[in-house]
Amino acid sequence: MIRFDSVSKVYPKQNHPALRDVTLEVEKGEFIFLVGSSGSGKSTFLRLILREERASHGQVHVLGKDLARLSNWKVPQMRRQLGTVFQDFRLLPNKTVAENVAFAQEVIGKSKGEIRKSVPQVLDLVGLGGKEERMPGELSGGEQQRVAIARAFVNRPKLLIADEPTGNLDPQTSVGIMKLLDRINRTGTTVVMATHDQNIVDQMRKRVIELEKGRLVRDQARGVYGYQH
Amino acid sequence: MRAQFVLSEIGVGLRRNLTMTFAVIVSVALSLALFGGSLLMSDQVSSMKGYWYDKVNVSVFLCNKSDAESDPNCAKGAVTTDQKKQILADLEKMDSVVEKVTYESADEAYKHYKEQFGDSPLASSLTPDQMQESYRIKLKDPEKYKVIATAFDGRDGVQSVQDQKGILDNLFELLNLMNRAALGVMALMLIVALLLIVNTVRVSAFSRRRETGIMRLVGASGFYIQAPFIMEAAVAGVIGGGLACVFLVVGRYFTIDHGMALSSKLNLITFLGWDAVLTKLPLILAASVLMPALAAFFALRKYLKV
Repeated sequence: MIRFDSVSKVYPKQNHPALRDVTLEVEKGEFIFLVGSSGSGKSTFLRLILREERASHGQVHVLGKDLARLSNWKVPQMRRQLGTVFQDFRLLPNKTVAENVAFAQEVIGKSKGEIRKSVPQVLDLVGLGGKEERMPGELSGGEQQRVAIARAFVNRPKLLIADEPTGNLDPQTSVGIMKLLDRINRTGTTVVMATHDQNIVDQMRKRVIELEKGRLVRDQARGVYGYQH
Repeated sequence: MRAQFVLSEIGVGLRRNLTMTFAVIVSVALSLALFGGSLLMSDQVSSMKGYWYDKVNVSVFLCNKSDAESDPNCAKGAVTTDQKKQILADLEKMDSVVEKVTYESADEAYKHYKEQFGDSPLASSLTPDQMQESYRIKLKDPEKYKVIATAFDGRDGVQSVQDQKGILDNLFELLNLMNRAALGVMALMLIVALLLIVNTVRVSAFSRRRETGIMRLVGASGFYIQAPFIMEAAVAGVIGGGLACVFLVVGRYFTIDHGMALSSKLNLITFLGWDAVLTKLPLILAASVLMPALAAFFALRKYLKV
């Protein structure tokens, strides 16, 4: 699903690499926590998977494709198989819940019929049935994140990337979000989630990958957070 | 690609940027109106050239009695019948350059002058005696004026050899200069228009970076992301182009047919017809769509990366 072969990333005009010689493999259907302090390279790791950045050295394979050899115009096709969720939700404030989810399908040219069918379905899945016509501003943080997850999942991606999805949420709401991500994972979708949330990592007991100053320092099945603030 | 989605995005974008859109429309309209205007002007000049070069003569003016007193070229007195015969015979021998020679008597010259400048105060004080006899020579090649000049300038009985083409050339040069000035202004306006478009697109892309960011993430194609911005620029451009067309049509109407009504005041000149104006309009409209669209496309390459 994802394979890093001694991947390094040096941003232009910076001496210290953001990632150094990272090698790892993620299998289909896995649930991965990516932990590490700020600046450890988590974001760079995710950006490489999304091909928002290219590796300076080494190879990144996502969904069986060598991203270095993927031409620019094929990137959108690749991204349609990925879903992304962020700490700040990134919803469109002037569109309703249903429109926000539908947007992800409209812009890749899905037909109206298809959108009408899949949007209520996915909103039911994330537990927002009946709130289709609400505006994001009227929803709680947890509900907004559910909309974002619905949008990320509506195109049925094979891989879901979540960058601190619970970073803005209280612990109780976070648990709800994690249950949702776990449910999505059980449908066969691989989930890679960067997080600072110790409780969640310790409770879920999934594979944990820890980065420190750009190096892979721990890759532990059924791991715990282990990182001290 | 769902047209409805793209169209609604364009509408939103144009309204969000109303002042900038307005500036784009005006500058595109002005620059393309100048462009069309100078195209028409150069058409007008070349059609005038064709028309007038066909009619221009080299004139050999002969001395009359009053010249004999005032003009040093005519110091030997008015032209004699023998001299005239000799000049005509020489002209007819030069049939490699001369196409046709006509003689204009002083009476005819007086009549022509009256016809052309009948209203002027000078005309009433003229008498046929003051007019000159002349040979009007039509050349096979209007450029060969020098041959006639060297053959007849300074000859007894010849007051002067005049090339009408030279006079016309000055006029055409002036018109061309004006035309080039208009083109220069057009080029500047066009640069302003293109910079405005680039800036408008940039502002537009910035104000919608949230949408475009999401579009990128869910895998919308580059074309799908860029199309609304490019169409926005093209729509603003075509409105400007439409205005430019209106300017041209109205401009021709008021300078030539009505208003200034040059066609009735300057009936010596054949003005361009409507067909010449109408054939320019598709060109202007095409330019008004393509240029902004291209400008937007290149602006987006910088501001909307994949």
